[in-house]
Order: sequence, then C-alpha cells, then structure tokens
Amino acid sequence: MMFLRGNAACPGCPIPRELDALLEVTGERTVLVVPASCTTVIMGDTRGMPSKVPVIHSAFAASSAIASGVRSALDARGEKATVVVWAGDGGTGDIGFASLSGAAERNEDILYVCYDNEAYMNTGVQRSGLTPFGAWTTTTPSGKAESKKPLPKIIADHGVPYVATASIAYLFDYKDKVRKAKEMSGFRYIHLLSPCPPGWRFDAGLTVEIAKLAVETGIWPLYEIEKGKFRLTSISKVLVDKKKRKPVEEYLKLQGRFKDLKGEDVKRIQEEVDQMWEDLARM
Amino acid sequence: MQVTKGVVKALVGNHAVAYAVKQAKPQVLAVYPITPQTTMLEKLSEYVDRGELKARMIRVESEHSALASIYGAAVAGARVFTATASQGLLYMTEMLYWAGGQRVPIVAAVATRALASPWSILDDHQDFMSKRDAIWIQMMAENVQEAYDLTIQAFRISEHENVVLPVMMGFDGFILTHTMERVEVLHDSVVDSFIPPRKFNLVDFTDPVGVGPVAPPEDYIRIRFEAKKAMERSKRVIKEIFREYEDISGRPQHGLVECFMCRDADYVVVSMGAWSGDARVAVKRLRERGAKVGLLKVRVFRPFPFEEVRDYLRDCKGVLVMDRAYSFGSGGILVNEVKVSLYGHDVPVHSLVGGLGGMDVRPLHIQTALENLMEGKLEEERWLL
Repeated sequence: MMFLRGNAACPGCPIPRELDALLEVTGERTVLVVPASCTTVIMGDTRGMPSKVPVIHSAFAASSAIASGVRSALDARGEKATVVVWAGDGGTGDIGFASLSGAAERNEDILYVCYDNEAYMNTGVQRSGLTPFGAWTTTTPSGKAESKKPLPKIIADHGVPYVATASIAYLFDYKDKVRKAKEMSGFRYIHLLSPCPPGWRFDAGLTVEIAKLAVETGIWPLYEIEKGKFRLTSISKVLVDKKKRKPVEEYLKLQGRFKDLKGEDVKRIQEEVDQMWEDLARM
Repeated sequence: MQVTKGVVKALVGNHAVAYAVKQAKPQVLAVYPITPQTTMLEKLSEYVDRGELKARMIRVESEHSALASIYGAAVAGARVFTATASQGLLYMTEMLYWAGGQRVPIVAAVATRALASPWSILDDHQDFMSKRDAIWIQMMAENVQEAYDLTIQAFRISEHENVVLPVMMGFDGFILTHTMERVEVLHDSVVDSFIPPRKFNLVDFTDPVGVGPVAPPEDYIRIRFEAKKAMERSKRVIKEIFREYEDISGRPQHGLVECFMCRDADYVVVSMGAWSGDARVAVKRLRERGAKVGLLKVRVFRPFPFEEVRDYLRDCKGVLVMDRAYSFGSGGILVNEVKVSLYGHDVPVHSLVGGLGGMDVRPLHIQTALENLMEGKLEEERWLL
C-alpha cells in the first residue's frame, strides 16, 4: 500500500484509491506535486502524511510549472523518477490552465493526472469550467447554464505524446493507462472522472456505481490518444453502438445535483452525448 | 584567502548579472521576458545554448510559472535563478511568499521598474519595495560592479546553512541594466571556491516528506517565528560573506550599509540603489564648501540594518532620506524604516520622494534639499515633481 488508509478523505471519496492505484504502478520513485484541492487536505499536515512518496504542495495555479522544475532538477542530478501532478478540475482547467498549457506545449517530461470531481469541492461545491450542463452547485443554484470544458481534447490538441480518460470503476483500464504513460516520456495526461458524494449529492456507498454509469451511459467515454492515434478502451469500445449505451437518465437520476433538471434538459444532455459519440466514431 | 586579480570588462548591468549567474553555475533557470530585464534573459539563453552554462533554461509562459518552476527545482536540489521586473514581480508575488514561507534557497534579480497603471517602463523602486514582507533577503546595488558582486554573494548567502532563505538582488532598470560600466569580474575558479556545491534538497525517495503541507496554528506560527530568527541570524552571515568576498576580490564590500563621509557628519542623506551615486556627488560638493554632510547607503534592506542605521545617525543634527517608492497613506518606505531605527533618539528625519516612473533626479536636487535641511528650511516631506 503506497497511500495509507485513515486519511482525511470524505466517506465514499474515490481519491485515496485512485492515488493508491497510481502509486502501485509508478512506485516508490514518484514525486507528487499537488495544488490546492481536496488532496491538499487528504495529504495530512505538518505532523504527517498518508503518502509513501515525496509530496510537494503547490499554489493553486503553479503545479505544472513546479513539476517542470522538479523534473529538471532530478535530470540534473541524474535521478530516475516519475514526476506526477495530481490536481483537481479547477487547478487543471481553470486557474492552472496557463501553466498546464505551457508545460504541455514544452512537452515537459511529466505525468499529469486530473481527478475531475466537476466543481470546486474543497471550498464546498462551487461551479468550475468542468461542471457539466445542468448541475447544481452553490454558485449555480438553478443549474449550470454552460457545457463542460472538453479538457482531454484541448490537451490532445497540444500534440502531446499521451492523453487518456479513465474511471475508478474500471481500475484495470486506469492502471493500464498509468503503466503505459509511465513507460513513455514527454507530457502525458490522464483525466479521471471522480464522483464526489457530498458534491454530487449521492449516497457514499454509490461512488463506484455512479462512476460505472458515467461510462455505461457514454457520458464519460474511456479512450486514449497515443502519439495522435485515438483508441476507445475497455467497455467503451462497444458503446459506439448507441443501442449498447444506457440512457443518460440512469446516471443523472441517482444524483441530487441533477434533481431539478427538466425533461428538455435531460433531452439536451442525451443529444450532446449522442453527438459526442458520432464525433468519437470519426476520430 | 588569496586575492587573485580579476579581469576588467565593459558590461551593461544586465550582462554583468548574467555573467555572475553563469559563474555561480545554477542548474535550472526560468526567466520570462520583461523590460528592462530582457537582455539578461537573452544573454543567459546564449550561455545555455553555447554550453557555457550547463543548465536547463525553462522557457515558461509567465513569471508566475518562472518562479514556480525554479521553486520546484530548488526543492528537488538544484541551484536556481530567475530575474524579472515590475509587473512580472507582481505576477510572481504569490510564489514569492510561497518560496519565502518554505525557506527555499533561490536567487532572483529584479531590474527595478515603476508599476502600472499608468504604464511606465522606467525606473523606480516600487516593485522591489512592495515585496518587503515576503520572507526574502533583499539587497540593492548602486552600480554595475555592485550588481555583479551582490549576485555572486546572493548565491552564497541564500544557501548558507545558518540562513536558508531566498535572496532578491535589486538594481535600477535602465540606469544600471542598460548602462555600460567598467566591471572587474572574478576568475571562474575563484567563484567556484567561494560558492560551495549546493546541499539543500527536500526530495529524498528513501525518506519521503511533504513539502509545504497544511500547518495547524501552533505549527504555522512557529514556522513563521523560525523564519524571523533566520532573517535575524542572516545579518551576521551576510557581513561575514561580504568580508570574505572583500578578501577574494580586493574591493571594499562595506556591510549592510555603506558610510560615505558620514562618520563626522552633522547632516546625512540616506539612500538605496543607483541614485546613491548622485547623492555622493552632492555630498562631495557640499564637503568642498566645508559643510559636514555625509551619505549612508543601505545595501541590505531585508533584514533591515536597524543597529547600523541607528549607530551612524543618532548624533546627527538632521537626516534626509531619499525614497523612490511610496506607501500611499503612510510615507516613503525607506524613511519609515529609518524613523523606526531612530526611535527614542531626538534626530529630525526628513523625506525626499522622487524619481517615480523614471523622473530624472540630479545631484543638484539632493544638494539643494541638503542645503535647505541645514538652513532649517526643509519641509518634513518633499516631492521632486
């Protein structure tokens, strides 16, 4: 076990298991760079931490830049190690986006993992650029009016060697992607959808179920883009066929954040998902 | 230590600092272009490209990332450097406090420049002085030679085991960055033995730690208290390192302050940075006329040399402090520090504020203010508009 239990995560939070799975693959010679996020709290305090690898805490917007520097220093010392940024969706797609884009453009030799819980959860559920359409947050009390920022696509457009999506419900797929990314060099990006029980308003026992439904409904397609080559992975391979996908409603109805959605909203979400799959089928 | 005669070169300030950086051998640099620092970045990029400086230059997308990336490199054991000015220093501010709070050895050069708005690319000290609470040692140069010397010394001070603090070296934008002066540079081997290999490193896979985690109140305040003590301790170390540098360079390095004709002076002007040269001229002219005036130049602003300032000024009949930066609603930033130094001593302290946004200040301005001071005709605060 690389990430100790008994940490400060909420009940049902997938982050500790996601981190543990990452570290099971990347091993002891990993440096984690963590910007302001739920993980800052989960990582303990000055008295101790659950991580068995070095952790460098980062200001909110700075993690990609700090990781670039850590990589450079380790290279200068001739130290082999995997430098990982472990950041939330706000630290990745909003406030941290400039440094992320800079590091991707420079093709820094780092592995960036965005654990996306689709809002500013550590400050108590405020909307981010990655909050999906229709979702309640404390700053979108009647539901978010805009769509989710398509981050994996934007990063892929930087021409980096590896981009993948992943889910805690498909652990082997996730670990395979980490393993593949670990063996590569250059900028590697994995985007993990991370259901958040208090933020998404669902029972803490349903985390994996919700994560699974996100994939099965096609809302969260599992894929990788290796050196520009797109490939669906795991169960998502068969979901190009619309009939194999569950209706989005099955995913939405389990979450309190979507309870005020109107029929037309659900229809819009379904149409957007179907359109996304048509686009994916052409990639 | 033996004095080896240096090599004389003609260098603009930015190139002199770049030369010092090359000799200090940082392994990781990250610099974002901004006037009037840019020609330093260009020179450093040349050194790296030609292999004269074996380092990585991270071509970052902002100043925030410039400091963030060398912070990461410094934490992971590399000697690092960055440089900026004005808006760039403001944009770095979050990371300045971050690096200061964590007490990571870093050296940054600041080519001082006015802050917008309104826009100005010209010199004043508002950028540098606004960073006085970021837990960084701050030193300021009067001329190109001093900018070179302080840069070499900054690496040594920053990494010293009794200090372990980031160091900021300020030098006036354009007035020094773009002015060519005679500079005596040390031989590489002399610099090598002056700055020992870096030991600081927080990334150890056999003993993993969390760097900069959440601190409960009792830990937070203790960490801040330790930083305060490190700042205080650094005064002695800085003076020792200045003395040692004096030995290897053969050039006087003074201390935290430089006293110019001030020991027996009745009236002393206090300044920081390039216009100390103008103040020197004013003092010399007045001395030639028999006036007992002197100059006290502050070389190290953080930690502030309260003891030295008090010792030199407490018996004066009047003090004139020159400020190129201002705390609006309070007063000149340097004059306030001088007043604190003289608390309990009955010395009139006057403030001369000028040079903001590049406004030209000449020896005559300073001379006139000193004459007015001696005649008892100087207002408490005078702005040179």
